[in-house]
Amino acid sequence: MWIGGALADEIPRDQRRSGYETMRPETRAMQDSDADNPATLWVLDGEALWNKREGAAGKSCADCHAGAAPMKAVAARFPRFDAARATPVDLEQQINICRRDRQNAPPLAAESHDLLALEAFVAKQSRGDTIEPNREPGAKESIEAGRKLFNERRGQLNLSCAQCHDDNWGKSLGGANIPQGHPNGYPLYRLEWQSLGSMGRRLRNCLSGMRAELWPRDAREYVDIEMYLMSRAAGLKMESPAVRP
Amino acid sequence: MNFAAICVTLGLAVAAWPARADGLAPYEIVGDAIPAPLAGALGDAARGRAIVLDRQTGLCLLCHSGPFPEARFQGGLAPDLGGTGSRWSESQLRLRIVDARRLNPDTIMPPYYVVDGLTGVAKSYVGKPILGAAEIEDVVAFLATLKDKSK
Ligand code: HEC
Ligand code: HEC
Ligand code: HEC
Repeated sequence: MWIGGALADEIPRDQRRSGYETMRPETRAMQDSDADNPATLWVLDGEALWNKREGAAGKSCADCHAGAAPMKAVAARFPRFDAARATPVDLEQQINICRRDRQNAPPLAAESHDLLALEAFVAKQSRGDTIEPNREPGAKESIEAGRKLFNERRGQLNLSCAQCHDDNWGKSLGGANIPQGHPNGYPLYRLEWQSLGSMGRRLRNCLSGMRAELWPRDAREYVDIEMYLMSRAAGLKMESPAVRP
Repeated sequence: MNFAAICVTLGLAVAAWPARADGLAPYEIVGDAIPAPLAGALGDAARGRAIVLDRQTGLCLLCHSGPFPEARFQGGLAPDLGGTGSRWSESQLRLRIVDARRLNPDTIMPPYYVVDGLTGVAKSYVGKPILGAAEIEDVVAFLATLKDKSK
């Protein structure tokens, strides 16, 4: 029965699944092996950048963060609400905040190789860590704004994110399996991109598919959606840097 | 006799119909159908087939499957289009393509001949329906040929 289609209901907790689980075995194997995962190239570059002194402050990331160990599980709790700046920030923005304010170096361009590399290296330290619900007081408003955007119809095709990712996950969209739309693998190597890409790039892909107007690169909307996606993915394990078809 | 010919016969000038502010051809919904062709003329089934199969123009096979052996990737979100012409009249099909929300407000099927009341449409698509009036008539003409073979 098709008529009277259900309004988007959230996926019950016990049915939430990473996009990993519906991938072909070859793609999963590629993600699982550092030797075969193309994202490893970015992780290695990211490690070199992590240890490199940069900017007028002459400090490397490692100088302040005492090696990489303090980055364990950090990506699993981004975006966080930055109380001092009274705004939610995602991992990419945090890295640029440290570049600008701590290293006195120019911020790295969105989607640039170096930013993706640093992000992949930092996020890799959280592999296998469980995403916990964000309980920061300031995060709530952002999560709710993201939830609203996720459920709103947009674009010429008049679709909402939820219609695909809550209501129709597991089905075929023109041959592509619709995943639940979890953020637990970013930045990730997408076979279709032949490159590593950020969460923002993924969201812009889906928005373009809906024929929706893209928000500017640094718009708050992307971080709000990411906040909501992370809260929706609570309980799943981090896979960054993942591989996706 | 096609719609344009009927108009001529009845002395109606299509252009004299009340103009719509959104620039789309006017149409009248009767029950669950739009009885008169949008462009004033019936469409061409062969052109309609090409539109239905094209992933950039019709987009139909993102969601639907159908009896199209050459289309390798088909959708699994919506009913198979095989037999559509046995289930629905052309008038009913026309409304389903023009604005499926009239039949099911929660539908995921995009409204193909609508430009108002949408949010956040990409600039290059603002003010344009997904398919033009003549294209919709082509699609309707093609769907009408998809008869149910089991009956
Ligand atoms: C001069 C010292 C300094 C340098 C250099 C520095 N950071 Fe930071 N970093 C901090 C401080 C202090 C904080 C916590 C306060 C804040 O958010 O600004 C922080 C926070 C972070 C966090 C969030 C940690 C968490 O637990 O939430 C990440 C991720 C991070 N830095 C990455 C980097 C990266 C990548 C670099 C190199 C590009 C870098 N940092 C360079 C001082 C530094
Ligand atoms: C028409 C259906 C559709 C809509 C609407 C849609 N998506 Fe997607 N989305 C997909 C498909 C299909 C993929 C998988 C990409 C592929 O394999 O081709 C995907 C992938 C994703 C992923 C990556 C999941 C992973 O495992 O890496 C996220 C996150 C996502 N979408 C979020 C969104 C958001 C947020 C919106 C709304 C702004 C949205 N999507 C709208 C179909 C959709
Ligand atoms: C984003 C998904 C989507 C797209 C794209 C789409 N449809 Fe649909 N369509 C549906 C769904 C879902 C239904 C089931 C009824 C409902 O939910 O409104 C449907 C119903 C129909 C029906 C009635 C089917 C029946 O037998 O009950 C027809 C005919 C139809 N669509 C034709 C088309 C054509 C032709 C196109 C392309 C021009 C198209 N659709 C594009 C999702 C879609």
